[in-house]
Amino acid sequence: MTLPTEAFLSPQDWQAVALTAKLALTSTLALLLLAVPLAWWLTSSLRWYKSIISALVSLPLILPPTVLGFYLLVLLGPEGIIGENMLALGLNTLPFTFEGLVIASMLYSLPFAVQPLQSAFESLGKRPAEVAATLRAGPVDRFFTVILPLVRPAFASAAILTFAHTIGEFGVVLMMGGNIPGETRVLSIAIYDHVEATEFAQANHLALLMLLFSFSILLLVRLVNGRQPGVNAS
Amino acid sequence: MLHEYLLYTEAGMSALSVDLQLQQGSLCLCAKFEVQNGSVTALFGRSGSGKTTLLRCLAGLQRFHRGSLICHGEVWQDHQRFVPPHQRAIGYVFQEASLFEHLNIEKNLAYGFNRIPTSQRRIQFDEAVHWMELAPFLQKRPGQLSGGQRQRVAIARALLTSPRLLLMDEPLSSLDHQGKQEILTYLERVLGQLGIPVIFVSHSPQEVIRLAQDMVLLENGTMIANGPLNTLLTQPDLPLAHFEEAMSVIHTRVLGHDDHYHQTWLKVPGGKIAVPQKPYPEGSPMRVAIQARDVSLALTPPTQSSLSTILPVTLIDIHADRDPSQVLVRLDLEGTTLLSRITRRSADQLGLTAGLALYAQVKSVALIE
Repeated sequence: MTLPTEAFLSPQDWQAVALTAKLALTSTLALLLLAVPLAWWLTSSLRWYKSIISALVSLPLILPPTVLGFYLLVLLGPEGIIGENMLALGLNTLPFTFEGLVIASMLYSLPFAVQPLQSAFESLGKRPAEVAATLRAGPVDRFFTVILPLVRPAFASAAILTFAHTIGEFGVVLMMGGNIPGETRVLSIAIYDHVEATEFAQANHLALLMLLFSFSILLLVRLVNGRQPGVNAS
Repeated sequence: MLHEYLLYTEAGMSALSVDLQLQQGSLCLCAKFEVQNGSVTALFGRSGSGKTTLLRCLAGLQRFHRGSLICHGEVWQDHQRFVPPHQRAIGYVFQEASLFEHLNIEKNLAYGFNRIPTSQRRIQFDEAVHWMELAPFLQKRPGQLSGGQRQRVAIARALLTSPRLLLMDEPLSSLDHQGKQEILTYLERVLGQLGIPVIFVSHSPQEVIRLAQDMVLLENGTMIANGPLNTLLTQPDLPLAHFEEAMSVIHTRVLGHDDHYHQTWLKVPGGKIAVPQKPYPEGSPMRVAIQARDVSLALTPPTQSSLSTILPVTLIDIHADRDPSQVLVRLDLEGTTLLSRITRRSADQLGLTAGLALYAQVKSVALIE
């Protein structure tokens, strides 16, 4: 093992860090937009297929990321149902692009965004919405003026967990995105490459960065959840 | 068309007309009654008798299966229509104050108020704040208030939607004794002035006699009686007359004050009664509760007695009571029914029969204020 003589991170590694941050941020924002209505629906719906949707949402928790990535590749690739249609519409296929990674990350992190919100909606119960209804607020009005403000802490945990989880993804990216610098070469892939090339020092620098980051995130979640005004509305 | 017209005129006579049926689990709810503007009606019954479910149906928080609900001529629910709660002109006070924890008191109060068009506001913001004495709390968070203060905010918040019907679900049940007294005082002050029908759920006779003029009695989901408070309290085939604290509620007026003995005289049908001195002017209406066990009977007017309240009455009828050694006697006090609980032995010794003229001796009278 040689001692590092160059800078702490090479320009290529910085690029991977920046790309990872961009991916995590984009996926988190897009996912929250999807997760809020989905979590609300899962809390309030009485449909028979609710359990099926709920199980599907949780699937990425236990499914090996490579499996998820593999099926995405198959579906979105030029031979897949979705990919074929996208080509027919004159669009590019998604695998091996940044957009493809965003889609993959959203699926991969779905339970991390939905579950905190869903449990917050559930513990909130029907009462605040009923109170708002008797005060003349319609369904959309009461969702934005009462429900969402009351689950704000859960919103923060959902965002932080999704962000952190996306930063660490590997299997899905490898399957869906490959290793294109500046496009799909994210942190975890860069670490893997360094290890493959026996550049342990560089791998260590990136890995250390990830370790510190992950720890800080979990600490932040703890602090956010530590003070939760409003959830116990009574 | 004719059907609609009939519904409308029928509803025109009363502020709220309720006729509903609902099957929910093991509960089968069935109620039919009407309430007038300015009246305060208690939904009374044991827990599990369907009081809250009935109230939620009136608010539209729950749908009933059959029947109709008409408020001020507007159909809120029938076989084809259902008006959702946010489009009904109701004020609803929940069992717990249920304030919005993310808003301060002022914003809690303004939540409903801001959603009412200015032209439809009959109760102004400062008015409600004044009634419930909330000015010192406006900038506080709900968590900084006591239970009673929170419930005052909840009541003011409901009133600020200028409701045409006020519904309250056991508004006092989550409070301690002091909180209850506090809220009762505020409610009494406000309810009469509103001029809208008020319906509240209660299982406490004490709350009912203090606030309500009318009562709807529920048992296992079925409405067993409805009508003026004293009629239901003294009706021998209803459970209320057989409660340990069975009582009659009588409307009186202040006759005058006796400064020497520190007493206030109240005019009751057939006579007058003295109560500890109260600062109300002559002629003010007062309600008093007389417990059945505090009324004893005599054939001739007792002359030497420490009981100062003796009222001439006519015996209506005698009923068996829960305790076989006692009987419940209904007495007519110039149109008002008074209950007396005496031993079966005394009833026989006095030779009580219907239509007999008697003297009721009242041991104690509770002012309802």
